[in-house]
Amino acid sequence: MSFQIKPSKDSYDVIIVGSGAGGGMATKILAEAGLSVAVVEAGGDWDPAKEEDRTQLRFPWESPRRGASTQIRPFGDFDAAIGGWDMPDEPYTRKDGTEFDWFRSRMLGGRTNHWGRISLRFGPDDFKRKSIDGLGDNWPIGYDDVKPYYDKVDKLIGVFGSKEGMRNEPDGLFLPPPKPRLHEMFMMKGGKKLNIPVIPARLSILTKPINKDRGVCFFCRQCNRGCQAYADFSASTVLVKPAMKSGQVDLFTHCMVRKVTTDASGLATGVSYVDKRDMQEYKLKGRIVVLGASACESARIMFNSKSTIHPDGIGNSSGVLGRYLHDSTGAGRSGIIPEMMDRKRYNEDGVGSNHIYSPWWLDNKKLDFARGYHIEYGGGLGMPSYGFGSNMDVIRKHVEDEFGKPSPNGGYGAGLKKDIRSLYGSTVSMSGRGESVPQYDNYCEIDPTVVDKFGIPVLRFHYKWTDNEIKQAKHMQDTFEELLLNAGAKLLGTKPGADTQYGLLAPGRIIHEVGTTRMGDDKATSVVNSNCQTHDCKNLFVVDAGPFVSQADKNPTWTILALSWRTSDFIINEMKSKNL
Amino acid sequence: MNRRENLKLLFAGSLGTGLVLTACSPEEKLADLSPKIAGTPGGRIPEEIKRDNDLLSDKFFTDHEMAMLTVLVDIVIPKDEVSGSASEAKVPDYIEFMMKDQPANQTAFRGGLMWVGLQATERFSKPFTEISASQQMEIIDEIAWPDKAAKEVEAGVKFFNLLRNMTVSGFYTTEIGFKDIGYVGNTPNVWDGPSKEVMDQYGLALDEKYLNVYLTPEGRGSIATWDEEGNLIS
Repeated sequence: MSFQIKPSKDSYDVIIVGSGAGGGMATKILAEAGLSVAVVEAGGDWDPAKEEDRTQLRFPWESPRRGASTQIRPFGDFDAAIGGWDMPDEPYTRKDGTEFDWFRSRMLGGRTNHWGRISLRFGPDDFKRKSIDGLGDNWPIGYDDVKPYYDKVDKLIGVFGSKEGMRNEPDGLFLPPPKPRLHEMFMMKGGKKLNIPVIPARLSILTKPINKDRGVCFFCRQCNRGCQAYADFSASTVLVKPAMKSGQVDLFTHCMVRKVTTDASGLATGVSYVDKRDMQEYKLKGRIVVLGASACESARIMFNSKSTIHPDGIGNSSGVLGRYLHDSTGAGRSGIIPEMMDRKRYNEDGVGSNHIYSPWWLDNKKLDFARGYHIEYGGGLGMPSYGFGSNMDVIRKHVEDEFGKPSPNGGYGAGLKKDIRSLYGSTVSMSGRGESVPQYDNYCEIDPTVVDKFGIPVLRFHYKWTDNEIKQAKHMQDTFEELLLNAGAKLLGTKPGADTQYGLLAPGRIIHEVGTTRMGDDKATSVVNSNCQTHDCKNLFVVDAGPFVSQADKNPTWTILALSWRTSDFIINEMKSKNL
Repeated sequence: MNRRENLKLLFAGSLGTGLVLTACSPEEKLADLSPKIAGTPGGRIPEEIKRDNDLLSDKFFTDHEMAMLTVLVDIVIPKDEVSGSASEAKVPDYIEFMMKDQPANQTAFRGGLMWVGLQATERFSKPFTEISASQQMEIIDEIAWPDKAAKEVEAGVKFFNLLRNMTVSGFYTTEIGFKDIGYVGNTPNVWDGPSKEVMDQYGLALDEKYLNVYLTPEGRGSIATWDEEGNLIS
């Protein structure tokens, strides 16, 4: 972990807040265009290629907790992301008994250091949902506006996949996808029987080189730990660090932005931040401010940037700042494939996520809910880690001896060891990730009664799922059962019912929160215009997922990257034309 | 070839990487394989280092509890013809750490040990560690089989489930456990799908449609380029 570079300039062309997908892409494009850039990051520097930061290829016994999660690393002790759902120094609150869980990473590259690398383009329908089902709003831009940038992102960063020609699942410039694992072939077989497409996954992992700066995947299944060969996409290794080679970037780490500063005319003049190490406030000046702090954190900064001209926070003349917050839906189920018990052992690690997935395949007009979902698959001969074998009191009964007699649940001894060996690699899981319908009443706002350790007012969330999401989760559960059974699996656990909203996870849990600074042509109902420029302040931009009008049943990262690049091009052109 | 050399090769520029890697055998990995109880390495922030050190310097189980735990984990995972026992894999040390790392389990675990100990003194007037193996198993058999255990011993069943979970997890996350279960990954390699032998065993085959699309080890040698329709041409 290194320390920050002290301010080296009186003023920058651009100040970028946050170094994740949005901030990272803006840094790369704007710095390489010759602009002087300050990147302000609330966490520390981090580089998976440095031995002192490496958790990749470590064995579970190198962790005293064998990889179990901690408060700082909820996805396990070797996971790259530093922060978590609850950060004691940086609280948030919830309103009216509603639920929202907020995952943050405080480090260079933000949450891109550990994400699943699922890199899906939004399709033409995803930008125009209101025209299809009358709910929510259309984006002011369409697929054709973003397509050139998706293409550029594919080439710059790399994504594997297969060309399928599905209208709303646009193909990209793909690298070759890895062959399926054994359990994935079972799931493909199950899908075929039901006419559910199970196709090669689309992940931003280099199965072959795209340039001479990054290595290729060596199949350890640990993208979430950060890759020392830089073979997967993280904003730190693929965007920010290369951009710093331009000499145009000053990186400020451990610096928590408090507000955007403005002049008497309401234009942004820079940012004010608290250095977490000395707890002092500092100011940076810039001609343009770009927020990429994450949908909710950027909204928080804007709320906290009050002035005479921006009395409700900068960019909030419409009153919709923080509104239309929405996360993907999520639910799951698992099963066990008896045929796969006692399977042959070999290295089945593969890439850091599933090699297959199911894009949305149905027509919502024939269903009782509005939007679709995609399915992710788990299983295989994975590396034992904390929790391994921790359910023999309920699943041991699935092992049968040569006479078909089931083992008793629980137990001990050599028999238990034998049955654990039989079961290893025979369980499979399915996870649905769906599109929710954005709601005016799902929002984040400032909690006037609470500040964080740095004296900055914190966010308060109000979020409720609607019938649409609950019915979608019900449909997921039906699909999971049907597909698992058709793949030859026995179902594990009981089917989640209405009492648990069909296993629908709490809002925020899928970490795809978007929509807080939504895009629109009408400044009365949106925060930014179609170039992610705030309606109220022409030199303030938002490049994270805040501007998303709707979220699609796709993971947001690839669209964040494409839009951030598009916004960066707009900034460069506007500066050239002296409009900025 | 060691791991560092491997990784150097993995950086592009050294083309044909895929072919080189397939020639690597798993036993060449240079990892420290002894089970250790030390702080987790790799990119830790100061709060994490402090917490690990605090937990490591603290002690939860008494010597008596530790002796009892050692007997119990070896009942769950004894030595057999395939591998060693839980105590050989230092599972008691792991559970000691986990008690401090996840304090929510402390009362249930300590109370469970007490519960088992009380059974021993009530029935045999001796501590659990001093009764015979068959006497120990008389107590354990009442709580080890959740589906047929008596209602009155439900607390004991819950404890034994927790003990079993922690013992199994602690055992199979060691080198002894890896060898037992046959896990051979966590090392650089080139994935080329299940072998034909494995696919044949289950009557499965790769979808014809993707045969020319899937990655092959030979296909990793060149820098990717695409034609105007987005087809990969090299």
